[in-house]
Amino acid sequence: MGHDGRPTRMGLAGRSGLVAGTFAVLAAAWCAAAYSGAVKELFLPQPHKVLWAFVEMQREGILWQYAWDSTYRVMVGWALAAAVSIPLGVLVATSRRAGLVLGPLMEFARYLPVVALVPLTLLYFGIGDGQKFAVIFLGTFFQLVLMVADSVAAVPRDLCRAAATLGASRMQTYALVLLPGALPGILDDLRITVGWAWTYLVVAELVAANSGLGYMILKSQRFLAIDRIFAGLMAIGLLGLATDYLFKKFTRLAVPWSEKAGGR
Amino acid sequence: MSLEIRGIGKSFSLGRERVTALESVSFSVAPGEFAVVVGPSGCGKSTLLNIVAGLEHASTGQALLNGRAITGPGAERGMVFQSYTLFPWLTVRKNVEFGLRMKGMPPAEREERSRRYLDLVGLGGFENALPGQLSGGMKQRVAIARVLANRPEMLLMDEPFGALDAQTRLILQDLLLTVWQKHKTTILFITHDIDEAILLADRIFIMSRRPGRILAELCVDIPRPRDHTVTLSPRFTDIKKGILEMLWSEIA
Repeated sequence: MGHDGRPTRMGLAGRSGLVAGTFAVLAAAWCAAAYSGAVKELFLPQPHKVLWAFVEMQREGILWQYAWDSTYRVMVGWALAAAVSIPLGVLVATSRRAGLVLGPLMEFARYLPVVALVPLTLLYFGIGDGQKFAVIFLGTFFQLVLMVADSVAAVPRDLCRAAATLGASRMQTYALVLLPGALPGILDDLRITVGWAWTYLVVAELVAANSGLGYMILKSQRFLAIDRIFAGLMAIGLLGLATDYLFKKFTRLAVPWSEKAGGR
Repeated sequence: MSLEIRGIGKSFSLGRERVTALESVSFSVAPGEFAVVVGPSGCGKSTLLNIVAGLEHASTGQALLNGRAITGPGAERGMVFQSYTLFPWLTVRKNVEFGLRMKGMPPAEREERSRRYLDLVGLGGFENALPGQLSGGMKQRVAIARVLANRPEMLLMDEPFGALDAQTRLILQDLLLTVWQKHKTTILFITHDIDEAILLADRIFIMSRRPGRILAELCVDIPRPRDHTVTLSPRFTDIKKGILEMLWSEIA
């Protein structure tokens, strides 16, 4: 940290170097453990075999197909949750009555473990994409309502008061002050929950699916194809990393004025 | 625009307790007058200003603007807050134009007016800066330009220089005096700083500790135009002595 409390500035090269270094250390540890025979191949595949698994999956035509199926499910389920929870979150934060009606309900619902709801979703939606959407929706929606409500409530009250004394109506204050003020927080909420959406997707695919990365991992487990399990995990991790990166990029473009945009 | 405050009281619940913030406060401010309310921290003076702004409701009594009861906030009563209230996602110019946009003023006219008021507060050339790039003093200058650009009939100022360092405060006090000398907008100004009150005011209302009441009212007869150098004059010291004696029993 610098003297002013901000992280000290580091060149792009320095930062990329650190990130690459982290992964290099991890890869080196993996190589050492796998090639030396310290860990049995049944538990830890050799790196080149995992790479080979990627190639094979590409040849079979399932790598991109499964990655896309999973991404599509995450995006739809999570977008549905976001679309419904943002207006509700704003409502909970701005209306005392809505807060009293919806608040406790959301608090209750968010403690229901999604995994425990999977049997119900199967019953209601079958094993198609609808069920994946439902699991992801249930896993992110309730939390998102409360997170958005918090982000809206964190907008300084004096900003809204200033707008009112400048002649803004209630609706104008909502649209021109409260929403833009809460946007950095809401984008952060969305970025965090899209990560959870990936988790819940894999849960849904592990239980019942006939495509997707989670499905592939489950199938590989049945054949003890640990190289494919690792390939699947890595694919999910990379997709998550890419999503996060895109979100941060977007935040920097959408709310350049915010501290959340980071890095300046 | 004249303001009349008639027997305003304000109480609210704090946990189980009932707190009285204001107790039958009455006074009036004449059109074009610079009125300052001075009182110890927590005496309810901000609450009083919020009631005049229409941001809070009085429990008893009422505030009248040109004889009409205040029921809510309005653009004719512009307010400058102690906290920085610039919209951080808008440029300085867009901040100043905010109220004009609410009025539906055409962009060309808006721009012309925002430029004029930014020049007035000495921030010409900063139109495209974001608030995050400005110092505290500059932010309050923009806040003043923003409220003046709206051409309010009355200015409500809630310790607007309270968060600034002493030097910047002096500069902004002088700036406010110059601006007021030019526009003669009615001002109701809240502060706990006695020097600031004497420097700025035509008339000072001294408030007691909670529950806030008006203890005394006095006219400041130091000739205008004034600037910070009057704080060194014997007359200034006399007035200060009087106020301090009155407030001492309240704060001690």
